[in-house]
Amino acid sequence: MSRIFTRRSVVTGFAVGSGALLSGCDALGRNETFRGMLLSAEDGNFTIQRALTDRMALAREFGPEHLSPVFRANGTVLPEGAAYAKHVAEKFANWKVAVDGLVTRPQSFDMATLRSMPQRSQITRHDCVEGWSAIGKWTGVPLKLILDAVGLSTRARYIVFHCADMMKGNHRYYESIDLVDAFHPQTILAWALNDALVPVPNGAPVRLRVERQLGYKHAKYIERIEAVDDLTKVYRGKGGYWEDGSGYEWYAGL
Amino acid sequence: MTTSRKIFRHRLSTRIWHWVNAVTIFVMLMSGLMIFNAHPRLYWGHYGANGDAAWLELPRFPGWATIPSSYSLAEGRHWHLAFAWVLGFGLLAYMIISLLNGHFRKDVALSRAEVAPAHLIDDVKKHARLDFHSDTGRYNPLQKITYSLIMFVVLPLAILSGLTLSPGMNAAWPWLIDIFGGRQSARSIHFIMAAAIAAFIVVHLLLVLLAGPINEMRSMITGWFRISERNAS
Repeated sequence: MSRIFTRRSVVTGFAVGSGALLSGCDALGRNETFRGMLLSAEDGNFTIQRALTDRMALAREFGPEHLSPVFRANGTVLPEGAAYAKHVAEKFANWKVAVDGLVTRPQSFDMATLRSMPQRSQITRHDCVEGWSAIGKWTGVPLKLILDAVGLSTRARYIVFHCADMMKGNHRYYESIDLVDAFHPQTILAWALNDALVPVPNGAPVRLRVERQLGYKHAKYIERIEAVDDLTKVYRGKGGYWEDGSGYEWYAGL
Repeated sequence: MTTSRKIFRHRLSTRIWHWVNAVTIFVMLMSGLMIFNAHPRLYWGHYGANGDAAWLELPRFPGWATIPSSYSLAEGRHWHLAFAWVLGFGLLAYMIISLLNGHFRKDVALSRAEVAPAHLIDDVKKHARLDFHSDTGRYNPLQKITYSLIMFVVLPLAILSGLTLSPGMNAAWPWLIDIFGGRQSARSIHFIMAAAIAAFIVVHLLLVLLAGPINEMRSMITGWFRISERNAS
């Protein structure tokens, strides 16, 4: 080994180098220009997935032998407040999902109405952004049928789901999807999990299934569905609770 | 008597890919550890969550090993999913260029003689004596095998298993799930490939130090590598 590369200089070099790399990465991550580049990759990922893949491609559906023994619940497991507690006590008999915004015939759907509409059942894999997956059987109304019933305006670009659970900082949980996913055949308002009513921790009485995106897009405890032309005017403007507060991607297809 | 001369060892494409990767790989590994920290358990099969049996459960990696250094899954994902393009298309471009300019055929492909067991055993012995054939400037058989494994097996598997973690890509290209036997298997393989890359880097840096760091660094920056020849006299 050459003399200038003593053990001490090598160890010091690595320590200084990795320290510089680390603080450098954190600093870079705060730099506006670099952040713009990092975040533009998200738009690129979305654009390229939409452009190169079949927009109607179906998420894999599994047989009952693949069901997870326990379907993990995440995020809110019980919305706070007397109003929700009352709905639980009433077995959601008076729960209504209001559908409004850029639609020609705004209306509310109670659970009995939702359950009497044509249904779809699918055994699919739920992928949390954290990395875990659970497979469950979901039954519910295709969102397309709801949107057709209310008559979506041609100005509508996104469908926003307002939820009953309040999160940190008194921000309401909400999510939004574009019309490609809204009209996808596997996008349903699910009221049953594994052939039983959706349990409270999993989003009772009704939650969204948008099978080609990560778990945080699957809004639970839905009480209002709104058609909008622009997400920047909704809540804090990024299209979802986690997008607004923690910088998660709006498009969670990867 | 020993004389030395310089030979041109690394093409521009090899040098550019090397240094781009030197940055990209660290970003991918460290942002990957941040993502892993969000759920530091690995499973086999299609599903796997806290109630299911994990084949590996690790404590969270410390801040000096992750990007960013304090916990942020969202930020880790931004880094990882942006630099993944550099890694993926960098590899693709390097493969195409190296096929066209004959780098794979001339410098990386193993000859029949090189893979003969006697030759390989001899090469292992030479490595054990820290003799790295630096008198020829050519890659030795163990080096060729390692580079081939990294380029044609480890990196492609890392990229494909990473793509398999995308629920959107699962729907578009369902064969991705089939080659890995499930999304959680793909996640496990993704982690194992990352570990293989990290192990490669450690050995790689160690061998650079042992084989003569100045000469090795110069050849990867300028392309020129000094070899010594023993003249019979």
